Amino acid sequence: MVVGKPVERVDAFDKVTGRAKYTADMFPENALIAKVLHSTIANGMVISFDLNDALKVPGVVKILTCFDVPDIQYPTPGHPWSTEKKHQDIADRKLLNTHVRFYGDDIAVVIAETELAAKRALDLIQVKYEEQKAVFTVADAMAPGAPLIHDEKPGNVIVHSNYEFGSFDSAITEQGLIKVEGTYHTQQVQHCHIENASSFAYMEGDRITVVSSTQIPHIVRRICTQALGCSFGSIRIIKPYIGGGFGNKQDALTEPLNAWLTTQVGGRCVGLFYTREETFVCTRTRHAMDFDITTYVRPDGSFAARRIVAYSNQGAYASHAHALVANAVNAFRMMYPVGAIKGDAYTVYTNIQTAGAMRAYGIPQIGFALEAHIDDIAARLKADRIALRQKNMMQLGYVDPGTTITCHSTGLQQCIDKGRKFIHWDEKAKQYEHQTGSVRHGIGMAIFCYKTGVYPISLETSACRMVLNQDGTVQLQMGATEIGQGADTVFSQMCADTVGIPLESVHVISTQDTDITPYDTGAYASRQTYVCGMAVKKTGLSLKRKILEFAAFMLHKDVSDLDLKDSWIVHTVSNEKLIALSDVAMEACYSLTNSHHIAAEETHHCSDNTYSFGACFADIDVDIPLCKIHVNNIINVHDSGTIINPLLATGQVHGGMSMGLGYGLLEQMLYDPKTGRTLDDNMLDYKLMTASDTPELNVQFVEPSDPTGPFGNKALGEPPVIPVAPAIRNALLNATGVAVDSIPLSPEHLFFEFKKAGLIK
Amino acid sequence: MDKQKITFTLNHEKREEYIDPRASLSEVLRGEFSLTSVKHGCNVGECGACTVLIDGETFNSCIYLAIWADGKDVLTLEGLSDVNGNISDIQQAFIDEGAIQCGFCTPGFIMSSLPIIESPRTFTRDEIRKQISGNFCRCTGYETIVNAIEKTANSRHKAK
Repeated sequence: MVVGKPVERVDAFDKVTGRAKYTADMFPENALIAKVLHSTIANGMVISFDLNDALKVPGVVKILTCFDVPDIQYPTPGHPWSTEKKHQDIADRKLLNTHVRFYGDDIAVVIAETELAAKRALDLIQVKYEEQKAVFTVADAMAPGAPLIHDEKPGNVIVHSNYEFGSFDSAITEQGLIKVEGTYHTQQVQHCHIENASSFAYMEGDRITVVSSTQIPHIVRRICTQALGCSFGSIRIIKPYIGGGFGNKQDALTEPLNAWLTTQVGGRCVGLFYTREETFVCTRTRHAMDFDITTYVRPDGSFAARRIVAYSNQGAYASHAHALVANAVNAFRMMYPVGAIKGDAYTVYTNIQTAGAMRAYGIPQIGFALEAHIDDIAARLKADRIALRQKNMMQLGYVDPGTTITCHSTGLQQCIDKGRKFIHWDEKAKQYEHQTGSVRHGIGMAIFCYKTGVYPISLETSACRMVLNQDGTVQLQMGATEIGQGADTVFSQMCADTVGIPLESVHVISTQDTDITPYDTGAYASRQTYVCGMAVKKTGLSLKRKILEFAAFMLHKDVSDLDLKDSWIVHTVSNEKLIALSDVAMEACYSLTNSHHIAAEETHHCSDNTYSFGACFADIDVDIPLCKIHVNNIINVHDSGTIINPLLATGQVHGGMSMGLGYGLLEQMLYDPKTGRTLDDNMLDYKLMTASDTPELNVQFVEPSDPTGPFGNKALGEPPVIPVAPAIRNALLNATGVAVDSIPLSPEHLFFEFKKAGLIK
Repeated sequence: MDKQKITFTLNHEKREEYIDPRASLSEVLRGEFSLTSVKHGCNVGECGACTVLIDGETFNSCIYLAIWADGKDVLTLEGLSDVNGNISDIQQAFIDEGAIQCGFCTPGFIMSSLPIIESPRTFTRDEIRKQISGNFCRCTGYETIVNAIEKTANSRHKAK
């Protein structure tokens, strides 16, 4: 069996030799290049263009503007489409926009023979705007008299949702309750996958092919059909290896425009490769969110009633819109179940860069706010921080009243125990009491829960195909995508074990091609090993049954007496090797009397969900005069059920921790408050973690087998990012007594906090 | 613009090529020589995905003019495998340690690790981290990359 083993990545060799091909590596020679002209105002209308000088640049083939594109508004987020109108994504942008809604909006395109010609022409295009007042914050966008960003949404509020379970108002009348309030803010950050948004498109016959760096090829196909107003069959999306996505590529980025551009030049191949600066400004970001949290606590530390109001800054276009903050306020409810709970969430248009999906989909935001708040409660009650969590956190069998998602398994308590032991919590807690001096030490921790996939919001669908080769090896085709997380490897492991062949006999087809690949919605929501793993299992069993049926025919035996193990047909009882799988496969293909193409394809509908859990423990130094945090020791402990591949799973946790450290300590998108122009749209000014900034990352797992996962597994890819920032914030509180309620905890931010607290002058 | 001739060593072979004098080395390596291990992540020398060795030193080839390579010895990731396709110890270590995820930054990191593993001196983990800080990785948190480099450096030292 290879499930559970730390086998090496199936794509490792190609990736260490440079053979792995990414979108730009496949771009044909002599194809055309497109460059987008982005607006230099944040809100207003494009009145006219002067293209005369630009068109004179040698090599320019065509310039298309917002006045040329189809009059169709389309949605971009990588959600499964809903056939119910009220659940459909918001269609609020055109391929190029006349109404400009952020500094960097797409307003025109140059298609040229070379990149240089395209860039020169861009510089020569003159644009006349009618500028309007822009708003960059949720408060300004919701204020009376704020400019209207989208005609369809008066007041700029895209959605205001709310819930109440139990009676909040009566619960808070209980005698002796202590009320703890807090306001927390999380900042806008960017995914920073190393491969920028990239695609190229061409036509074959009257069909359009788009080769793209996407997490969601089948969804991007649907979005292209909507944007262009064409049929599903006329669009083909090909996804090669991709250089990271982290949710940004769970959105249609360059693809719809690129698909249209090729149709404007007679089907010639056109490449649309975003620069790093464009990827920062013109793709997606993680929403900045504000949270007002109130908790009514009994003197014994148990929660009586909880309340949250959340505001999410959507930026210029809806993209995934309210789904993220809705996810956040739901997780607020799930993590600490209580008899009375009330939540409100607002998603608001503003004139900043569009926010979308990013690793853990709203949960890093609420994770910071909620876990900071829990430590604030502990400080107020002078209660033990860990005991307070243990008293109130989700337990096995919990059924969320809002979503009905059930806690089928939990190792959260063991996660806490392991992390506590690793970081020497109890000794350090004593050691770090009553500190003075300019460098102080602190320990902090945070926990989280994370659901797996999106059911019941959508019925998760995943298909898989397996084809038996004449040598007994198997081609494995998934609609689910490899985006660096190791999906191809774990699917191969699952296939090997289910069919009964060694891992080397599985050939996974990494490229998705919507003409060929079975349907799947793609990589997001940490869904693939859970949802698509079940499709692999189902298909593997189906393939195995077909192989055994043919073997039974060959051997004149009853199929129920046969099994397939390690590429041999064996007798179920005696385990006697009867015939090699390769002999069966050859006969099946070339039999003169009964030839069969042995293949299987199955679709899995996932109609369940389950929670992953975990905890981060951090031990830090705080240099007060320098306003600098140094992480001495840090560990994430995860319950993601059974681990399919410990080598790859550990890597996922490392990456998430690093992203969480960047989120907590350094990263922040900044814009000019006058114009809305992004100030740090590059990797020098935007402070991404380097190897030197990153401490040694420690990882442990607890592995309760989840009854709903195909191999006892549950979500893993996204969760590691969640608990890191709050654990560090809580360690900072422990070290200095200063409760900082917004991130990043960068020196320039801490300076003001320490000053306010009187720690520095 | 008129092309200019450069003569240089590329992955152990003498090459002559007529190139646009405005072109960056990374553009020439990708475009003229199809060496697609050389990746573009920023085009301004921030991310390190285009790292190659020039006369044994690491450079961001996206901000190095191709004409400057005249007379020099350029090594890309493709030059690390032998003629039969066998990979080097550092590439194998990246596989074994799980130092690869999306793989886009991997060629640049392997190139940046060469001066470390080829150095006669021993680097601490912190020093390795500093040496590779010109390369960004968003997937691995660098932990396994440092492991792979440290392991290869140690085994080379032992072999000496």
